[in-house]
Amino acid sequence: MRKVIKGNGAVAHGVRLARAQVISAYPITPQTSIIEELASMVAEGELDARFIKVESEHSAMAGCIAASSAGARAFTATSAQGLALMHELIHWAAGARLPIVLANVNRAMAPGWSIWTDQNDSLSQRDTGWMQVYCESSQEVVDSVIQAFKVSERVLLPTIVVLDAFFLSHTYEDVEIPEQELVDGFLPPLELPQKLDLEHPAALGNLVFPDRYMEFRRKMELAQQHALGVWEEVGREWGELTGRPYGLLEEYRTDGAELVLVCAATAASTARVVVDRMRDAGIPVGLVRLRVFRPFPADAFRAVLGGRRKVLVLDRNCSFGHHGIFHQEIKSALFELPAAEQPEIRGVIAGLGGRDITPEDIEDMLTRAWEGRLEEATTWWDVLPAEDPVRAASVRS
Amino acid sequence: MSPDVNKLTVKDYKTDLKPVWCPGCGDYGVLNALYRAMAELQLEPWNTVVLSGIGCSSRLPGYVATYGFNSIHGRALALATGVKTARPELHVIAVGGDGDGMAIGGNHFMHSCRRNLDVTYILMDNEIYGLTKGQTAPTTPTGDKTKSSYYGNPEPAVDPVELAISVGATWVARGYSGDMKTLTKLITQAIEHKGFAFLNVISPCVTFRGDHQFKEIKEKLRYLPEDHDATDRTAALRYVREKDVVTTGVLYRVEEPTLGDRLEHIRMVAQGDGEPPTTQEIINHFMPLS
Ligand SMILES: Cc1ncc(C[n+]2csc(CCOP(=O)(O)OP(=O)(O)O)c2C)c(N)n1
Ligand code: SF4
Ligand SMILES: [Mg+2]
Repeated sequence: MRKVIKGNGAVAHGVRLARAQVISAYPITPQTSIIEELASMVAEGELDARFIKVESEHSAMAGCIAASSAGARAFTATSAQGLALMHELIHWAAGARLPIVLANVNRAMAPGWSIWTDQNDSLSQRDTGWMQVYCESSQEVVDSVIQAFKVSERVLLPTIVVLDAFFLSHTYEDVEIPEQELVDGFLPPLELPQKLDLEHPAALGNLVFPDRYMEFRRKMELAQQHALGVWEEVGREWGELTGRPYGLLEEYRTDGAELVLVCAATAASTARVVVDRMRDAGIPVGLVRLRVFRPFPADAFRAVLGGRRKVLVLDRNCSFGHHGIFHQEIKSALFELPAAEQPEIRGVIAGLGGRDITPEDIEDMLTRAWEGRLEEATTWWDVLPAEDPVRAASVRS
Repeated sequence: MSPDVNKLTVKDYKTDLKPVWCPGCGDYGVLNALYRAMAELQLEPWNTVVLSGIGCSSRLPGYVATYGFNSIHGRALALATGVKTARPELHVIAVGGDGDGMAIGGNHFMHSCRRNLDVTYILMDNEIYGLTKGQTAPTTPTGDKTKSSYYGNPEPAVDPVELAISVGATWVARGYSGDMKTLTKLITQAIEHKGFAFLNVISPCVTFRGDHQFKEIKEKLRYLPEDHDATDRTAALRYVREKDVVTTGVLYRVEEPTLGDRLEHIRMVAQGDGEPPTTQEIINHFMPLS
């Protein structure tokens, strides 16, 4: 069925079609309409789930952890401050190997208060053991939520499905909403190998001594590595069913491209227009859109970027003290290439706190990269000059 | 009689920010009563901090010309504890919403009451999450329909006043944002109280709870009887979880040492005659039996 819906609505439809059984959530802008729509789906009988509106995000994730431990398919949604407040439980969910799915609407962290998009909230959860997928369109959001349940349940690791605040969460787009039968065929009911079970009583969350702790962590790492292939397989299978295949990353006009731009999420839609424009002008640029960020598709990046002349990474995030996060990770992946195949790599940090990244911005950064006019390893795009780095706050005059 | 040029007036407590609350929001009443109470007490803005969490109501510090801190959702009292401990001489006024104070920040409320932290806490209770557009709060009456509860709120509500009295606040009152005169008086007394002063203000959200609220509450409004004994906890608890009436006034008031008093006492004991204690004295202080 085709419908014009918002990115947030697309999340709700994905969760409905995946037949989530427990939804435990707390409102926060710009995520709130996801859980409101789910609350109404539950109320209208369109989704047979328990909806619990708890008193904070910390409790929301605790609720998902417990529901998932009892064998239920569990979902929550949040943004920025809410995700940060969940952090302790985020580690727990992954360590306990629970296939929870969380939709995070990328929103900048306070202070200063912002409700607009950037990626520092989700990327701050990078090292927790959760998988992360960055979506570009509402169509990809519905499709990815459903795939996320499948991959998570196969590898027993939770997934964060990420969408940009407002640019995607609140933008209406034409979306093909899959039929329930199709999804039911794709995503079987959840059968966890271990769960709270009256027939087989067990205690969860015990102390693990130094002689075993590392083995648990190593298994998480192996599961992440294994998940790369599972995401590819599941994306292919989805493509066979719907005509919309997905990979770990997406290439656009990379054939013969000597300069490749890498970015994630909605900025890629803008970049595509610019790539067309610059190709028409005879400049050999291409685009790679990062989709699955954890597990990190290092091989895929080496395959597509190795041997190019230049790579420009656009980060809507910053690891303060060491570049944009996508930039760091791609650079470290490319370091394993033979020296002759290593492209020159530059990073741009742009669009933090929801600042628009226009086609002109992207064209300008690509042109400067192409002409060798990005001197620094990382350039902060479109910012006022910072007079005094130590005086942090600007004072209202 | 010439006017005292040094006297602070309501105007002196206003900032140049214009409140962005919806027309008719109850929080305007709280802000105006706060201005008046501050002027009445001649509170020095440079010795006053107003801080909040996040919510419509938590925007208030921006509208008051004192030090201000619009902090993290639910954390107003945790921050107030830090400010008051570092600078005990300051007037610390924490403000915020029922979601902020009773849901996500609920634990801080209990501990601030229990410790008798010497701050004023004004809760703007609109029985809803206003800023995020109308979801159920812990104060939403059972059965009320909200954006997160289609068949009506399935949960019993908390009465913040009952909670405050039960967990050890030393000054507890209920006010109404549509009754400026009483509210000003209550805020004045709350600021004057030494210890944790908790003022729950019924402050309607006209947008997500409906503008009939003011009329309904006005009809239910009562004042505490003259002979109410505010030092009697049991008497105070008679006025909690009210359904058909809204009783305003100071329900409970006792004098107890504050957290600051206790910390200061420990500091003095530890220092003995004013000299820094020896290691043995510290050990003796914490392990008197060994
Ligand atoms: C950690 C976190 N979770 C959620 C939010 C979103 N949020 C902002 S205000 C609010 C509720 C506000 O309700 P209340 O405290 O009653 O204030 P009101 O707007 O009603 O005055 C929520 C859920 C947030 N800012 N931070
Ligand atoms: S939404 Fe409600 S609480 Fe918020 S400003 Fe409007 S009336 Fe006031
Ligand atoms: Mg409220």
